[in-house]
Amino acid sequence: MPDQSPLLSLSKLSLRFKGQPVCAVEDVSLSVAAGEILCVVGESGCGKSVTAMALMGLLPPGAAEIHGGVMTFDGQAFDLTKDRVPSDLRGGRIAMIFQEPMTSLNPVFRVGEQIAESVQRHSGCSRGDARLRSLEMLRCVGLPSPERLLDQYPHQFSGGQRQRVMIAMALANDPRLLIADEPTTALDVTIQAQILNLIRDLQRDTGMGTIMITHDLGVVADVADTVAVMYGGHIVESGPMTEIFENPQHPYTIGLMASVPRLSGPRQRLTTINGTVPSIRQMPSGCRFRTRCAFAAETCSTRPAQAEVGPDHSVACHFAPLEQMLKVAG
Amino acid sequence: MALVDQDTADLPAPENRVWKKFRGHSSAMLGGVLVTFFLAVALLAPILPIPDPAATDWGAVRQAPSAAHWMGTDEIGRDVLSRMIWGAQASLLAGVISVGIAVIIGVPLGIIAGYFGGWIDAVISRCTEALLAAPFLILAIALAAFLGPSLTNAMIAIGISATPLFIRLTRGQVINVKVEDYVESARAIGLPTRLILSRYIFPNVLPPILVQATLTIATAIIAEASLSFLGLGQQPPAPSWGSMLNTAKNFLNQAPWMALYPGIAIFLVVLGFNLLGDGLRDALDPREH
Repeated sequence: MPDQSPLLSLSKLSLRFKGQPVCAVEDVSLSVAAGEILCVVGESGCGKSVTAMALMGLLPPGAAEIHGGVMTFDGQAFDLTKDRVPSDLRGGRIAMIFQEPMTSLNPVFRVGEQIAESVQRHSGCSRGDARLRSLEMLRCVGLPSPERLLDQYPHQFSGGQRQRVMIAMALANDPRLLIADEPTTALDVTIQAQILNLIRDLQRDTGMGTIMITHDLGVVADVADTVAVMYGGHIVESGPMTEIFENPQHPYTIGLMASVPRLSGPRQRLTTINGTVPSIRQMPSGCRFRTRCAFAAETCSTRPAQAEVGPDHSVACHFAPLEQMLKVAG
Repeated sequence: MALVDQDTADLPAPENRVWKKFRGHSSAMLGGVLVTFFLAVALLAPILPIPDPAATDWGAVRQAPSAAHWMGTDEIGRDVLSRMIWGAQASLLAGVISVGIAVIIGVPLGIIAGYFGGWIDAVISRCTEALLAAPFLILAIALAAFLGPSLTNAMIAIGISATPLFIRLTRGQVINVKVEDYVESARAIGLPTRLILSRYIFPNVLPPILVQATLTIATAIIAEASLSFLGLGQQPPAPSWGSMLNTAKNFLNQAPWMALYPGIAIFLVVLGFNLLGDGLRDALDPREH
């Protein structure tokens, strides 16, 4: 993991959707350094995409109210409660890739035009130059015969190809930070691996920081430098990838790791975490995982603080580190 | 750039592609031919060798079609062919301009209401509903009467009466399109709202608007006929198909040709615009092949 001051840091983001009793995202802090891939993992509805949208300033105004959160990007600080993330940052120095490549391209324009549009918007170059840049980007993301594809419409592309186009579009302006929201979820497994490799290669070449949002631990193991595990709108554990996989400390992370099916070892029933994620209306107070946690005790009704359990490894659990928890549990 | 041009040389330019698809669409071509024919007739009226459409001939009242008067004469001896040709101007103008007015006012309002929502949508929608509560023709008659009888005022009245149709249609379409992922990704690449509306929302809501517009041209031609009948549209003695038809209904037994030709013309023009609209929609949609 490159040791630098973070490219992007987000501190204590809290936001609530209109008409909901509790915050969908509460006190979420993240940081990514240049050249680093941070994976945000969690189940559907745990707030990971919402966090990304807030970073991009893409939350629909009026639907969500941001109670707190300061984003520092490349030395510039934005108070997310007041400042709108400027639109020239989006698509310029911060780029985003979405989950659904099939519907993320405008069906009525040729893909070349769509990439060129983003280039023109941010660099103000001529149409011809923007077109050349689009061609270069299509080649860069490994699409065959890019000269031909430039003038084709999105419906003529497969899902994997479209995701490559989305990546080309995102990277056309040399962003410093890439936010990828489940970029491979809609793709089948072989394409998934190709796209992940592509993102990783491009990221290595350009040295940009990357936030990858996913629910797939396989993806995490494949690409992450650091990991933040989210549950119910809180970050429950964060740290270097190997630490999280080999030495998980939060009961939820432990459950997640245990539930990954393995090819080696004796065949046995898959381990699962009991229960389901409570709906936002029934979120418990304090630790939001306590309704499903084997170690839950009375103290869990208060919010646990982030406890450092190792270098850059912190856990939001009253019983961390794990040894202490096992002792308590007997 | 040279490289790009060379490599894409084998691809037909997009204009060719749309035209090619349109040409392959036989009913669309028929529509195009019909509309072009009537447009040409309307434009060429001043130079065609036809009698003055207002010249009366009391010696040739309600004559059946003959070599002298190919479409016969009307109740005061005017040449029906000549009046048909000059009337094409009024009818096509009324159809196209009034729908143009409705589209130019209605589509932007619909896009604003649909995209921004909130109070601005509430204001626009309530006004639209208030206008829609009055029947189309009644509203047009009221407006035309208020503005004063002339063809121009009739077109304005019909245009305003048709506007709520386009506001509502556009608004509904925009509400569907604005939640599409590509609109979100347009925002994610930092495009300003102006560009999102013009390049991402508008082209994607256009097809149904195009079809509605061609259908409404037909309605507008008929509305102009009704207004002319009431004396609120084309002023006599200048001809329009509507006013001819409405006079002719008094002589259906004695001189059926007086009603026949304007009726056929309205039918063909309306059909032409409908076929044209269908064909355009298919040809402009890059997803259909």
